[in-house]
Amino acid sequence: MTIKDVKDILGARFICGEEFQDREVHAACGSDMMSDVLAFVKDRAVLLTGLCNPQVIRTAEMMDIVCIVFVRGKQPDETMIEMAKEREIALICTGHRMFSACGMLYSKGLGGGAPYR
Amino acid sequence: MNERITLKYDVHCDDFTRAGEASSSVKRKLKLMGVNPDVIRKVAIALYEGEINMVIHSYGGTIEVIISPSVIEMILRDTGPGIKDIELAMQAGYSTAPDNIRSLGFGAGMGLPNIKKYTDDLKIESEMGIGTTLRMLVYIPLEE
Repeated sequence: MTIKDVKDILGARFICGEEFQDREVHAACGSDMMSDVLAFVKDRAVLLTGLCNPQVIRTAEMMDIVCIVFVRGKQPDETMIEMAKEREIALICTGHRMFSACGMLYSKGLGGGAPYR
Repeated sequence: MNERITLKYDVHCDDFTRAGEASSSVKRKLKLMGVNPDVIRKVAIALYEGEINMVIHSYGGTIEVIISPSVIEMILRDTGPGIKDIELAMQAGYSTAPDNIRSLGFGAGMGLPNIKKYTDDLKIESEMGIGTTLRMLVYIPLEE
């Protein structure tokens, strides 16, 4: 699916990066712990998180994550938005909670990769 | 890329907003140099985890990255309390980070295990009350 599909499935809105909405996403990872995210390597991944600080953007940058979904209506500040724009990472905000948001994407075919070994 | 390039950065303790700037800079430079993307990701993740550890646990230190055609060497030196039990610190889930760090998304006890996972070689030297040095290697595979 594409970033736009993710946004539509979650009834979400773009905070920035709308111009990248046609980019493909292949997997997703949902966590508030950035070290858990750093243990997850997938190409063209989406990160769902309720954490809202600059390290979320940096973690996404290190992992080549193409889109971050902030759950529970979390709103990134200007610093984070600027960082995301510089790194061409799309930011999306949804009111859904983590479990629901992950389930909605999973049920539409977006996987989470193999179990952690 | 035949020459050896050395990059150096200072890391300040407790400056959580800027944590990761060195790793970000290294990643961008490697990208510009056309290094294999898998190598870049391994280097970026290991370096970022190491940098975060320095910000959380040490009193500050330096990061040195030596890029040569076949290997990327990263040396992270800090002054600080040191690691009491390195074997324990290497266990996934073991953490001494305070609660306020966990609320920032770190301190899950995955830092050193992640570094080990993404590097081809890792050496840790630590002296209590003095500091810690991490030496990490990521090899660059020969292009086919």
